[in-house]
Amino acid sequence: MLEVKNISYSYGPCKVLHDISFKVESGELMCVLGPNGCGKTTLLKNILGLLSPSVGSIWIDGQEIRKLSPKQLAQVMAYIPQEHTPPFPYTVFDVVLMGRTAYLASNLSVPGKKDEAIAEEALADLNITYLKDKIYTKISGGERQLVLIARALVQQPKLLVMDEPTSSLDFGKQNVVLEHARNLSRKGISILMVTHDPGHALFCADQVVTMKKGRLLKIGTPQEVISEESMQEMYGTEVKIGNICLPDERNIRVCVPVPTLTQGISA
Amino acid sequence: MHPSLKKLILVILPIITLIFSFTMGRYAIAIPDLFNTVYQHFFADNRGTNFDTVVFNIRLPRILAAMLVGAALSTAGAAYQGMFKNPLVSPDILGASAGAGFGACLGIFFAQSGVVIQFSAFLFGLIAVFLTYFINVKFNFEPTLGLVLGGMLVSNLFASGTGAIKYFADANDTLPAITFWLMGSLSSVNKQDLLMILIPMAVGFITLFLVRWQLNVLAFGEEEARTLGINTKRLRLIVIISSTLITSASVSISGMIGWVGLVIPHLARSIVGPNYKTLLPVTFVLGATYLLLVDDLARCLGTVEAPLGILTSLIGVPFFILIFKRNIKGWK
Repeated sequence: MLEVKNISYSYGPCKVLHDISFKVESGELMCVLGPNGCGKTTLLKNILGLLSPSVGSIWIDGQEIRKLSPKQLAQVMAYIPQEHTPPFPYTVFDVVLMGRTAYLASNLSVPGKKDEAIAEEALADLNITYLKDKIYTKISGGERQLVLIARALVQQPKLLVMDEPTSSLDFGKQNVVLEHARNLSRKGISILMVTHDPGHALFCADQVVTMKKGRLLKIGTPQEVISEESMQEMYGTEVKIGNICLPDERNIRVCVPVPTLTQGISA
Repeated sequence: MHPSLKKLILVILPIITLIFSFTMGRYAIAIPDLFNTVYQHFFADNRGTNFDTVVFNIRLPRILAAMLVGAALSTAGAAYQGMFKNPLVSPDILGASAGAGFGACLGIFFAQSGVVIQFSAFLFGLIAVFLTYFINVKFNFEPTLGLVLGGMLVSNLFASGTGAIKYFADANDTLPAITFWLMGSLSSVNKQDLLMILIPMAVGFITLFLVRWQLNVLAFGEEEARTLGINTKRLRLIVIISSTLITSASVSISGMIGWVGLVIPHLARSIVGPNYKTLLPVTFVLGATYLLLVDDLARCLGTVEAPLGILTSLIGVPFFILIFKRNIKGWK
């Protein structure tokens, strides 16, 4: 689906990405983990076609993205930015409908009935039909994130790129968004998600890529990649990884930081 | 807003304003006489009467000019506000007005012929925005920030040019003419002036109207717009060229008319919301109606005509405060 081949990227003289290669298969959920400033966002922008790699190439569905127009690219790949506020009070439905822009007959058309039906369906899929006529700038951060997912869905993409989609959400909403991501990948959409939390990768990823200082450290399943040692090396802080057995006998792994201060920690 | 109130503002008010604008003025025409004159003009071929001259030669060009200029400044303002993701932007942000003002002063200084002044104003409006765009490309900046900065530089440059011309102008005739022109007025508009601006206006309006959906997407910022499938660089250029055409064309016949381009998009947004699909046509209608109303005031307020540019600011500022207070709730 997505293939990143030996890409390097420099901002002027400053090399931010060094020879990065990986693949995301169809329906796979890939998490990119790394500390702040490791080049995650730059990598994402290269994949989205917002920046062009200095060396190497990026392929999606057998086509090099450099050769695709913004419109063609938007039909195979959708982007879910971090939560943001636009300057104008659009309705939720308008925002979702904007995801249809790449499918309009010409650059001069406006969305029609068919586009509206697709937008309604996306709202229903995410159980947010009740938000349809609300003002996008006035709903909660978690709701806005779901609206952005709906907007990405109406692009009918093969690949969904998410940039820290949970960064400004409360604990409960984070899981809602991650569950939705998981669901979408089960429906066959490939997902590339940048996250700062190893817990999120354990929660929903099929594959994990770890990065540090613009280099790719490891790639593999969460079990292979997320270990106490590797997390310690990446984030420079001591962590413990444990297993929790759920009542339905599923085993899940969790990753928690180890407090250095011993006082005030409840047993 | 209640639907019937919306209809009143968007349909009935413009029509009433239009009809009454023909009747008002130094030479008052009663409504039945007005309809009779129109009938005589078109169906009885009777075109020599005083009524006919007033309605078709004096008021019609002026009314059309007021509506076109109002619609132009408002539409350009609305388009720029989306493009710059900033609701406080007005159509002069890239220097079109300052350039056109300078061009007009240059025309008045050297030629004093109406056609030359108008053409020079239009041309320098285009040159100013071209310079702004060039500075932006040279800087290779974050796209909209570079444009704002370039617009500031160019506006100042042309404003000082205007100042220099005023300094050298003959204080007995040229200087008053320049000052009066800069205040903005439609009192000397005739049919030829209108014909000259028709093409740039039409091109600008039609283009902006066609890209109105894309303007929505652009309001979400460079990166999101691109990932949603928009060629942002090309779209920005299209918006800039169209807005500059209509702004320069209107400044070239009306002089400096402030606040319309800032206030009317806000008013329109508070009535129909921010979606350009409806916002742009509504802005067009409201802008045309608003400037027509203010120009009627300018014609009828006193024994000497009041400068339109001053009236639009006098009315625009309190009006803006009123709407702004309402609109700002949606941004938080």
